[in-house]
Amino acid sequence: MIGLAVALGAVLGFASLKFKVEGNPLVEKVDAILPQIQCGQCGFPGCKPYAEAIGAGNTAINLCAPGGEATMLRLADLLGVEPQPLAADAAVQKPKQVALIDEQTCIGCTLCLQACPVDAIVGAAKQMHTIIASECTGCELCLPPCPVDCITMEPVDVGMNGWKWQYPVYPISDVRNDAEVAA
Amino acid sequence: MRTLYPFHGGVHPVEHKRESTQLGSAIAPLPLHLVIPLRQHGGNPAKPVVSAGDQVLKGQRIGTAEGYISSSVHAPSSGRVVAIEMRPAPHPSGLPDLSIILETDGEERWIERQAVDYRAIDPAGLRQHFQDMGVVGLGGAVFPSHVKLNAGNLETLVINAAECEPYITCDDMLMRERAAEVVQGIRIAQYAMGAREVLIGIEDNKPEAIAAMQIACQGTGFEVVAVPTLYPSGSAKQLIKLLTGKEVPSGGLPTQIGVQCFNVATVYTMHRVVNHGEPVISRLVTLTGNMDEPRNYEVLVGTPVGELVKLARPKADTTGYLMGGPMMGVPLADLSVPVVKASNCIIATSKALFPPLPRAMPCIRCTRCAEACPADLQPQELFWFSRARNFEKAQEYKLFDCIECGCCSYVCPSHIPLVQFYRFAKSEIAEHEKERKAADLARERHEFREFRQEREKQEKAAKHAAKAAEMAAKAAAASGKAGEAAEGGDDAAAAKKAAIQAAIERAKAKKAAVKPQNVDDLPPGAQAKIDEIDERRAQAKETAEQSVAVQKSDKGQGA
Repeated sequence: MIGLAVALGAVLGFASLKFKVEGNPLVEKVDAILPQIQCGQCGFPGCKPYAEAIGAGNTAINLCAPGGEATMLRLADLLGVEPQPLAADAAVQKPKQVALIDEQTCIGCTLCLQACPVDAIVGAAKQMHTIIASECTGCELCLPPCPVDCITMEPVDVGMNGWKWQYPVYPISDVRNDAEVAA
Repeated sequence: MRTLYPFHGGVHPVEHKRESTQLGSAIAPLPLHLVIPLRQHGGNPAKPVVSAGDQVLKGQRIGTAEGYISSSVHAPSSGRVVAIEMRPAPHPSGLPDLSIILETDGEERWIERQAVDYRAIDPAGLRQHFQDMGVVGLGGAVFPSHVKLNAGNLETLVINAAECEPYITCDDMLMRERAAEVVQGIRIAQYAMGAREVLIGIEDNKPEAIAAMQIACQGTGFEVVAVPTLYPSGSAKQLIKLLTGKEVPSGGLPTQIGVQCFNVATVYTMHRVVNHGEPVISRLVTLTGNMDEPRNYEVLVGTPVGELVKLARPKADTTGYLMGGPMMGVPLADLSVPVVKASNCIIATSKALFPPLPRAMPCIRCTRCAEACPADLQPQELFWFSRARNFEKAQEYKLFDCIECGCCSYVCPSHIPLVQFYRFAKSEIAEHEKERKAADLARERHEFREFRQEREKQEKAAKHAAKAAEMAAKAAAASGKAGEAAEGGDDAAAAKKAAIQAAIERAKAKKAAVKPQNVDDLPPGAQAKIDEIDERRAQAKETAEQSVAVQKSDKGQGA
C-alpha cells in the first residue's frame, strides 16, 4: 500500500513538473475573446491587464465598450457566470472607425505617436504624421494629446465593403388561424 | 459515349428556354450614357485611371486592376468621361458603388487593337494580358480568370456550357452562332493551362448548340459531352463530378484534383482578347420572362437596364426585374443600374410567372432539402444552426460547401427561405473572421510596443549608468591632478559638479554656434531689408527701455 502510494506520488510529482502550465490559461482564453482595441475604456491599461483582472476574478465582465454585448456574452459563457447588462460607460456602441490625421494641420509634435497603443502612427519630430489605417484599432487614445486637434475618427467599412446579409425576416403562417379559415 | 457520374440531388424546374431562342441574337443600340462600375469582378475594385472631362476611345482602359485578385475595366464605347461617382450597382445590397459615367459620342472610335500570338507568349505573360484586358468568369461569379489560369500541368479542362438555370439562353445562343470562335478560345485556355483533355459539358436541352459545337470541335480533340438536364449541373463542382467522376475536396479548389473549369462565354472573351485585341466590354444578355419579344442581345457593359429592357417590350403587368436566373438571381430595386460583366440574363417578373410564395411554416425536418442538395449537405441542420446563430456548429456541418443554388428552398414544403439563412450565416462568419484577424494583429503590435518600451527604458538606464561611470572616472582623474586634495567622500559630488559645468559649457557653445540658417546667400536687396529691420528692432528696443526707465523714475517720484 505504501509502495503504491509512493509510486503514484512519484508519478504525480513527475507529471506536475513535466506538464507544468506556463502562465494562466484562463487569462489567455479571456484575452482571445477581448477585441484588442487597447482603448482602456474598461479602466485597465489594455486588453491583457483586463483579461488578467478577469482571470483573477476581481472585476466585472461587462466593462468592454468596443466588444459590446457579444463579448460580454462570450465571457459569461467561458467563465460560467450569469450575463450582466453592460456597464453605463460601455453601453454606447460606436461604428467601427479609424483615426485620420489632417496633414495640413499636423505640427509634428509626436504626442500621438506616444499615445498609440499599437504603433499605428508614422512620423517623427517636426515631420508630418500619418496613420496606418489597416493597423489602427480606432481606440481614440490619440485624440486627447493632440495640441492642434488635427485627428478625427472616420467610420470604416461603409457602403458595399461593410455590407452583409441580414438575418432573414419573413412572414410565418399561423397554422391554427389558417385551419380555422379553411374550416 | 462517355460514362457520366451523376451528382447527388438536383431539381428540375420548368425550363422556359424556348421563348428567348426563337430569334437570333441582336446588337443592342448604343445608349447616350454608360455607367461602368469599377467593381465588376471578384476581389478588389479597379482603380480609375481617367478623370472627369477626359476623352476616351472604345476599348481604352479606364480602371486598372488593384492587386492580384482584381481586373481592369475598359471604356465600352468612345466618348467623354462626365463623372466618377457613386451610382446604384446591381448587387443584392442595392447600395451605390463607385462608377465611371461615360457620355458616348456615337462614333465608336476604337483604340488601336493588337492581336497577339498566344503561342509566342509564356503562360504568365498571357495571364497578365488577360488581367489587363479585364477577362473574368462570365458565368456569374466574375472571378478574375488570370487567377484561375495560374495552375499548370492540368489533367482536364472543363468548359462549362451547361447553362442549367431556367430562362437563361445566352450561352446557348453564343454556341449556336459563334461556335468556331468559342473553340479558338478553348485552344487558348488549353494552352495557358497545359491541359491534356478538354471536355465541353452542355445540357441535352440544347441540341442546336451541341450540334454546332460538335462540328466546330472536329479535329481538335475536344469532346462535347451532352449531360442530362438537371439543375445545378452548371455549377463548377457539380459539372466536374458529372464529367470526370472526381470530387473537389471540401474547402479546396478544382486544381487540387487536376481539373479547372471555365464558362463558355469566358473562353469566347479570351479569343476576342487574344485574336482581336478587344478587351471585355460587351456580352450576350438574355432578355426574357414577361416580355413580348424575348431575345438575346449583345450589350455593352454599362448600359442601363431600364433602357435595355425596352428592346424586348415588357408586358404591362410586369411586376419587377431579376438580374440572373430565377434560382440565384438578384431582384433589381432600381432600373438605373447598369449591365455588368456578370449580367447574363434579365427576367421580367409577373404574378403569373412568379406567384408570391405562400407564408412559411415551421421546419418539420422532412429532409426533402437533404435529398435535393447537390453538395451532399444537410440543409435542415444548417438552417437550424444558422437560425440559432450557432455558427461554429454550422461550419462543422460544412456550411461553406453550400453553393447557394437554391434547390433546398425550391423543394421545401414549408417554403422556408433556406438560402437566405445560409448567406446570413456565411457573412456573419466572414465578418467574425475579419475581426479576429484584426484583433490578432492589434495584440501582436501592442505586445511588441510594450516590449519596445521596456527595451528602450533599459537601454536608457544602461546609457546613463555608463555616462555616470565615465564622468566619475574623469572627475577622479581631475581631482588626482589637483593634488589629491579632495577626499573619497567628495568624489561623487565633485563628479556631479563637473558634469553640470561641462553641460553648461556645451550649451553655451551650442548657443554661440547657432545663427539663422536661412540668411546665407541672399540677394543684396534682401540683405539690405534684413539690415533695415534689424535696425528698426534695435531702435524699438531702445525706445522701450527708455520708456521703462521713465516709468520707473515716475514711480520713484510718486513714492
